[in-house]
Amino acid sequence: MSFITRGFSGRGHERDERLPPGQTLAHDFPVLSAGPTPEIDTAEWEFSIATETGGVHSWNWEQFMALPIEEVDTDIHCVTHWSKLGTSWRGVSLDTLFEDVETQYEYVMAHSYGGYTTNLALDDLLDGKAWIAFEFDGEPLDPEHGGPARLLVPHLYFWKSAKWVRGLVMMGEDEPGFWEQNGYHLHGDPWKEERYW
Amino acid sequence: MSDASTATATSATSEPAPALAAMPRAGWHVATVVATRQETAKAARLELDVDGWPGNAAGQHLDLRLTAPDGYTVTRSYSIASSGPGTRVVLAVDKLPDGEVSPFLVDEVRVGDRLEVHGPLGAFFVWRPVDRGAVRAAGDGAGGAASALRARPVQLIAGGSGIVPLFAMATAHAEARDLTPFRMLYSVRTPDDLFFAEELMALAAASDVFRLDLVYTRRTPDGWPNLAGRVTRAALAAAVLPATERPIVYVCGSTGFVERVASWLIELGHDARDIRTERFGGI
Repeated sequence: MSFITRGFSGRGHERDERLPPGQTLAHDFPVLSAGPTPEIDTAEWEFSIATETGGVHSWNWEQFMALPIEEVDTDIHCVTHWSKLGTSWRGVSLDTLFEDVETQYEYVMAHSYGGYTTNLALDDLLDGKAWIAFEFDGEPLDPEHGGPARLLVPHLYFWKSAKWVRGLVMMGEDEPGFWEQNGYHLHGDPWKEERYW
Repeated sequence: MSDASTATATSATSEPAPALAAMPRAGWHVATVVATRQETAKAARLELDVDGWPGNAAGQHLDLRLTAPDGYTVTRSYSIASSGPGTRVVLAVDKLPDGEVSPFLVDEVRVGDRLEVHGPLGAFFVWRPVDRGAVRAAGDGAGGAASALRARPVQLIAGGSGIVPLFAMATAHAEARDLTPFRMLYSVRTPDDLFFAEELMALAAASDVFRLDLVYTRRTPDGWPNLAGRVTRAALAAAVLPATERPIVYVCGSTGFVERVASWLIELGHDARDIRTERFGGI
């Protein structure tokens, strides 16, 4: 139903083909959070993956930092219409973390310090598509951007990249997490504009 | 709101979650501008009549899309300053100096223009009046249920144009004659930067349950009892409902403002789960 907006020229715009539809290039790093920023000490930090058999794989900060670390250069896209191109991160691949995890389940609920959750398909986390990131642009990740560590799933809208992540729980069926219960799409592919229900 | 029960989910396995089931269904609509006025030196108020708008709750937002003659489009999210049933929607847009959309909305848009909007959006940063029927019904039965249903007091904290969704909440509260205690702390640069100045003063003057506290960060009105300056932790502690009253706190403003205020609220004993935030970024 799109129609031309009277008087709007889109002055000086340059269309960058790396930008998904409806996105605008941001040069700063806006913050989307539902509540206050939790402060998490790496001495108390722990990350775990829990499966349907009751098995729990967990890492403290020291164990986590001893895992193979990858450098990730990627574009990120927030549902609130900004994108940031060519961001650089360091983190541990979910492929590494899932190496010894046996599960038949195909969905994952990511849980964060502070109580927030987001749902993902396991397929969206494996094969080099997702990381637990602890560094942004050469610096430790700021608490307001999810530090000490956040999920990084750059091919989906950025609310799926749960800040302050503390664990993944395998699920037999897809269920909505926090933002998904409050209006955001279950999957969140920016190229298909899967923003809202 | 009846269409929530017939809302179609996006995949066969998914159902609208409880928070969403209570919300009007979001969709694309054509909005016609029916009134514009200057809100502050930098901001405009736009009143829209939105064809097919299902109504919205206080605190929700919408996406607004502009299309240039060459097909270029740009989309931004705006908080809604109004709430309730009907097709009238009020926005208040602050002009960002380097913005692409806000200068157009503030300087160029005039009555009769048509704009594309998608909404209403968001089911978390919302406030609804107490359903007094439900309280009475519960009160007729078990005694404890009535107090459980009584709404928690509400503290609104706005920085600059972050007032918009909180103004919608304060207005909804007054229009419903809701007796839930409401307090608003509103930080602005100068008296000329107040959004909804007349309406807020009238709300505060007319109500025993709505209280407005203003903080001026750069210049105060003549005779103002406090010096101009940012909200401090001490000022916050003095102006907001204490944690012992278990208020739900809504904070809206720039990221820096929200981060400062929210961390002080935690230090003052408020539970993180009682603090709802909305930040606006730099684009």
